[in-house]
Amino acid sequence: MDLHFFRRAGGLLLVFTLLSLLHGSRGEVPTRPISAVTILPPVKPDDGPQAFPNADKANLPVFTMDYPRIQIPFEITLWVLLASFAKIGFHVYHKITIWVPESCLLISIGLIVGGIMFSVHEEPPAVLSSNVFFLYMLPPIVLWFAVVGTLWNSIGIGMSLFAICQIEAFGVQDINLQENLLFATIISAVDPVAVLSVFEDVSVNEQLYIVVFGECLFNDAVTVVLYNMFNFVAEMPVVEPVDVFLGVARFFVVGLGGMGFGVLFGFVAAFTTRFTSRVREIEPLFIFMYSYLAYLVAELFAISSIMAIVTCALTMKYYVEENVSQRSCTTIRHVVKMLGSISETLIFFFLGVVTITTEHEWNWGYILFTLLFAFIWRGLGVLVLTQIINPFRTIPFNMKDQFGLAYGGLRGAISFALVFTLPDNIGRKQLFVTATIAIILFTVFLQGISIRPLIEYINVRRTNRNLDTINVEVHCRLMEHTIAGIEDLCGQWSHFYWKDKFMKFNNRILRRILIRDNRAESSIVALYKKLELQNAMEILDTVTGDISAAPSIVSLYRGNKFKAADLKNMHDILSKNMYKIRQRTVAFTGKHALPNDSQTKEILIRRHASIRRSLRPGSFQTTVVPKSHKYFSLPAGKSLDSKFPPGRLSYTDDQETMSEVAYPSSRSRFQQPARSSSRAMMPLRRLDTLQEAPSVDTLNENTGRTERGMSRTKSSSSDSRVPAPRRHLPPSIDNEGSSVDNLRNGQHEVEEEEQPSSPPPAWVAEPRDNAAQNPLLRRPQWNPKKM
Amino acid sequence: MGSNSSNMNHIPDGQQLLQDTGFSAAQIIRLYERFEFLDKDNTGHLRPEDLETVPDLDMNPIGARIIGAFFPPGKETLDFGSFVRILAHFLPADSNRTRAGAQQEPANSTTGKLRFAFQLYDQDRDGKISRDELLQVLRSMLGLQVTEEQLQCIAERAIQEADADKDDAISFDEFRKSLEKVDIDHKMSIRFLR
Repeated sequence: MDLHFFRRAGGLLLVFTLLSLLHGSRGEVPTRPISAVTILPPVKPDDGPQAFPNADKANLPVFTMDYPRIQIPFEITLWVLLASFAKIGFHVYHKITIWVPESCLLISIGLIVGGIMFSVHEEPPAVLSSNVFFLYMLPPIVLWFAVVGTLWNSIGIGMSLFAICQIEAFGVQDINLQENLLFATIISAVDPVAVLSVFEDVSVNEQLYIVVFGECLFNDAVTVVLYNMFNFVAEMPVVEPVDVFLGVARFFVVGLGGMGFGVLFGFVAAFTTRFTSRVREIEPLFIFMYSYLAYLVAELFAISSIMAIVTCALTMKYYVEENVSQRSCTTIRHVVKMLGSISETLIFFFLGVVTITTEHEWNWGYILFTLLFAFIWRGLGVLVLTQIINPFRTIPFNMKDQFGLAYGGLRGAISFALVFTLPDNIGRKQLFVTATIAIILFTVFLQGISIRPLIEYINVRRTNRNLDTINVEVHCRLMEHTIAGIEDLCGQWSHFYWKDKFMKFNNRILRRILIRDNRAESSIVALYKKLELQNAMEILDTVTGDISAAPSIVSLYRGNKFKAADLKNMHDILSKNMYKIRQRTVAFTGKHALPNDSQTKEILIRRHASIRRSLRPGSFQTTVVPKSHKYFSLPAGKSLDSKFPPGRLSYTDDQETMSEVAYPSSRSRFQQPARSSSRAMMPLRRLDTLQEAPSVDTLNENTGRTERGMSRTKSSSSDSRVPAPRRHLPPSIDNEGSSVDNLRNGQHEVEEEEQPSSPPPAWVAEPRDNAAQNPLLRRPQWNPKKM
Repeated sequence: MGSNSSNMNHIPDGQQLLQDTGFSAAQIIRLYERFEFLDKDNTGHLRPEDLETVPDLDMNPIGARIIGAFFPPGKETLDFGSFVRILAHFLPADSNRTRAGAQQEPANSTTGKLRFAFQLYDQDRDGKISRDELLQVLRSMLGLQVTEEQLQCIAERAIQEADADKDDAISFDEFRKSLEKVDIDHKMSIRFLR
């Protein structure tokens, strides 16, 4: 899930340090040329002076092999492949991954491979120079965060409070030396990624999830900062109080500076993407480059680069997502996921390998006590901190939450990385390394495997993430308003107040500057559109698979010569409309696809039926706007920002029972086949000939419903809606100037339908939907989901 | 604060309120102070106009409804007891203390909270949220951002999703069912200050 980014960030840090280590053990590849041939500068040969075409009579080699040339990338690729194969292997037997976290499996494989390599006295791979890896590979993984869902909203004050407080858990063992402190810092870096995936699987309650997530997030940065601080301090002979104070100050500088840089770069990126509407292809590039820049600049100033890149990603996620195209979003998301997955795999894999191949110094007492203290202090820390912040929370953390929090303190990649970068002048470095590895293995295996049954056993408060219904959204919004109102009434405020203030500031100032298309879209509307589109796509899937309907629908258009331009326009319409769907309503985005809820299916079926009904030949002349009209809130030829399709046909005859009415207003009052696109007209004309189209009138599953629907909508129609349709007509007229686009106000279209010039209004509205649909139906292979 | 009201004696029904609702004494005292503050003309009762003076409440999209929730039809004044009892809906559910004679369904249970929210929709108190009522709420919450047609569609879809018995309105049970996966306790609770 989302956190993977983070783990991978640390992971890459790890890998980098790892490689620096491995360099030490093996000799550095980049410097090899220096030792080799003297005269010839930039060559990397280790086999003599052959690169320089000499005067000696060597014949032109026909077949040569130059392994060193490709060695580095080759080995990297092989290792990545190997780890990925391992990953494939796990999922072959699905049950494993439920009970054993992936990190365990990867470590195990790494151990095995390490064992093999050890036995043949191979060196672990020194794949790249540390610089390259560090500079090139670390940042992108963190970018995974940029595509995380709406967590940024929830990570509010509560989160940072917790994170800053977390610092007390460091400096765990104040026993004697600064070195101990250093070591303690290293092993305090929790890496609860495995835990998070368990939490996600178990659907643990949001509060807990967020806290663990945020803790991991900021924890790493804090650890790195502290580590550097202690490293510095450890080399000083004497520590004075001034130094301590400076240390604290530095901590804040680093942390807040990191966040500040991140936000700054995020804003710049958002501002840039405001102008990229013409150059969509390079939008992902901007995202990656800015994040990377944030990272590098943070490195430049020696402030927390991880925090910089994470906050940059967070900021970008919110603003940039509204500016870039859907395709760019998808691209970014997938690239980041892929990179994250790679590094995660590699990290744990290497952990296993290196475990076997380094020399260890084992000290029972030290290591066992380390383990013990790690547990104790984490538990104590969680206890104390929750006591502190619980009074500020509406829903306090109960003991079970705290247990989950404490037990979820697995160690991982960051510790591993940091311990390898310990300076060599620390006497017991090997001991530290061994201890760290021991702790990591212990926590990952033991806690990682056991946390799932434990969490389920103690029955931590759950949440349910399948909240993709309009009802929930609307009611929750109502509840938020209610709470805000009651709080005002009582004269007190809580985080709603601050959130409200921030949102106002956001809407008034920030969004105006940073987002190209500034209209704030209500999340309710966004969710509605998203759900509609989901329905639409599912309809397409079912329709094309549905034998009874498909042939008839397809036959409707068979032999029609759609102009290529029209079809292209239809495609554009659809893609544009899908483009506009905001993702804000997605809660946690797991590794896997969005779940489908059965309710969608049900709504789908109802709508499907009404589409079919509307396709009936008889319904051409007289049908009302079919319910399908409602699905795609997408006026053809316009972007989603414009209002709903103006083509509201109201045919008030008995045929109304055929299909449900979307818009009661237009139905009963106005017949305005306003179409906003001439393209839509094309299919209309076709349909004239479709009278003989057989059996579209298949399933009238829900006639009863539709009848009710009719009466219902009729009764609720009101004059207020009259003006609305009219509003749309002018623009649509401007759009086409199509002959068929006649404005008819307040006239019964019954007679007008007969007019050949006017396409059967039944289709007018429909085309928007059907226009969207038709090309899709004609080309079942065009799968919108592939977008 | 609370120097002069450190005792509950001069709060009408103070002890009874302690028992009936889940508030602590300190909370009730504080609420009483607030009540007195809102009661500008010191009649011991609040009228809707008094509540409307609360800043920000008129900017709340459903501010009028919230105020209306305090004044059931027929009642023009609000005494402190009713004030507190309605506010008791917003106590976190797990702060329930066992009270002697507690009614079966405490106001701050999930059902109680849901019922409060339901009544915000159901202004005519017929036990169902009709399409119109839903539309009104949607309009007030979203009105400026969306068109009437979109509101219609959204309302239509909402009713479709929730309406199990196909009566084109949302009953309380359907309402509750549609929200069964939401942590109501978290969303409809306020931390009352002491």
